[in-house]
Amino acid sequence: MSDQPLAPPPPLAPPTAHRPATPMLQQIQDRPGVRDSLMGVPLPLKAAGAVVGLVTLALLAGVGFLVVDGRLEGQWYDVRDLGNATAGLRGWLQDEGVDHRIIWVILGTIGGIGILSVLGGWLLIGSWVERRVLAKFQIRSGPNRTGPFGLLQPIADAVKLMAKEIVIPRGADRFLYYIPPVLIFVPAMLGWGPVPWAERMTYLDIDVGVLYTIAISSIGVLAVFLAGWSSNNHYSLLGAMRTVAMMVSYEIPISLSLLSVVLLTQSMKLSEIVAFQDHYHVWLIVLIPFAAFAFLFSSTAEINRTPNDIGEAESEIVAGFYTEYSGMKAGLFMGVELGHAILVGALMSTFFLGGYTMFGLEEWIPGYLILATKIAAIYFLFVWLRGTLPRFRLDQLMGYAWKFLIPIGILQAFVVAIEASVFARSDAPALITLGAFAVVNLAITVVIVRFWADRLGYAPSQHATRPQLIADGTLGGLKAARKIREA
Amino acid sequence: MDSTGIVIGFWALSAITVVSALLVLLARNLLHSLVFLVLSFLGMAGLFLTLSADFIAVAQILIYAGSISVLMVFAVMLTPLASRDNGNSLYLLPGLFGGLGIAVLVGFVAIDTEWAEHRGAALAESDFATTVGTVGQLLLGRYVLAFEIASVLLLFAFLGAIVLVQERRRGDDDASQDGASR
Repeated sequence: MSDQPLAPPPPLAPPTAHRPATPMLQQIQDRPGVRDSLMGVPLPLKAAGAVVGLVTLALLAGVGFLVVDGRLEGQWYDVRDLGNATAGLRGWLQDEGVDHRIIWVILGTIGGIGILSVLGGWLLIGSWVERRVLAKFQIRSGPNRTGPFGLLQPIADAVKLMAKEIVIPRGADRFLYYIPPVLIFVPAMLGWGPVPWAERMTYLDIDVGVLYTIAISSIGVLAVFLAGWSSNNHYSLLGAMRTVAMMVSYEIPISLSLLSVVLLTQSMKLSEIVAFQDHYHVWLIVLIPFAAFAFLFSSTAEINRTPNDIGEAESEIVAGFYTEYSGMKAGLFMGVELGHAILVGALMSTFFLGGYTMFGLEEWIPGYLILATKIAAIYFLFVWLRGTLPRFRLDQLMGYAWKFLIPIGILQAFVVAIEASVFARSDAPALITLGAFAVVNLAITVVIVRFWADRLGYAPSQHATRPQLIADGTLGGLKAARKIREA
Repeated sequence: MDSTGIVIGFWALSAITVVSALLVLLARNLLHSLVFLVLSFLGMAGLFLTLSADFIAVAQILIYAGSISVLMVFAVMLTPLASRDNGNSLYLLPGLFGGLGIAVLVGFVAIDTEWAEHRGAALAESDFATTVGTVGQLLLGRYVLAFEIASVLLLFAFLGAIVLVQERRRGDDDASQDGASR
């Protein structure tokens, strides 16, 4: 606009020897190393840090001495297992002569509050964690404006959601419209019951623990369907029907993989499944890798997370089954995803990753912290998948469950049944039998997955710019791909 | 056995079960009936729990409240007019007679049973450790034939469903619904 001549362009930076190829590499290069950031710390801070470190070491040594000495064993202040504290409380109340029903109610309330506080605490912090971690995958910062590091973001979101007006669509079924946001939280809360947090820290150590988890999770289907149907909206109904179809399909692989677990450990009690893995010093994911994979993948479908979140695919059908929900009702639907994610993490680590045990480390570190670490690891895996994988199509998802996971799951259950009967009868040391099972299962899984994928696989298009249809429906898999490549 | 908690639980669960079962009949909207039916199933699962039958209680939730209800959802969705009204049905009279018959049967069994054999020391004598283990032993031991017949029936149902929805191969279809396979 002005007549002034353009300023001369700034001189180019001298070319460096190693110019990073991608923005991510550039970020990594620009980031100060640990040594660089340590050099800038003032001396008093360093001294304080050293003192704190030494004190921590001394405390750890003291705790270690107490543990080795066995003086803590079973005392009420033995925080490695909070069950000791409740057992102490029960003994004290009994000594005081309190009625046993009142004791039962008190202890049940304490345990329930403990479990609910895990869920509630995670709802407070979870969305911040998810968004920050997801942002790291996409080279962004994530929420960082509200409070330190953006930590107050979930609270701000919740306040915003609660302050919003609740709009109910005119044609909605008023009676059914109010049930789903509450009903969908039921499995996310009740599912925590049988999860063992330490040796004596199980709220609901029932004989049918595995069946209980499956049964409880099947109630969520109804909530999703009712939400979609009562909103009187096509997108809602579409999302609901998609989700219901998907959840019904993926319950079968979950049941099959848990059947393998039950056959091998010979118990449906979750605490005994963990005890089996602790006793033989092996995680079940090593023994039955396909079951572990099927459980994890099907669980992502069951709880509506990417790559299987077609129920609320926001780019296709707005928000799926909760399109017509507003304010905190929608907030409940969003919050339950976080709750489901850590519940699945807990179940996955209990069934396949050794639960609260860690090869003897649970003697030193509280078992619930170990379980929490495993849950966090699996949650990180979920966020990783969300940041990496695109969404599957509905037909791909259903085909994957019915044509791939279920046949191989049935086969796996057969093999595991044979192995379990061998294991129950043989006198050979467990190292040999279980080692053989692990090798055999892995080999069978690799062979079958390879064979089955060849048989079923879609032909990848070789030219991305030019869409190709496979001419003949009878030819599929790698053969078709080879044919296209040669054409 | 007959402590206060059990009594309160029994009456509360019975009230839930019976009232929601009545509401299944009285609700005009078919979906509302479905919700009450699920509530009734859950109440029955609770009643099983008060009888220490944990396996049956969980199976009740898993099969009836979880799966059968979803089946009914699909049935309702696939029949457009059915979702409008629950009022008139051809099966009112046969249904009444069937329900009456079942009530008479259960009542007869309840009156005919010698309840004295099933309480106190006699009950404690026939006690077993876990329901799951006992059910498993009986299913694969004493009642293995019935179990196998039921599983063969289920297998046939499974295969029948696959055969019904199978795509027809090109060439042997008379109706030539070509759009379905494309």
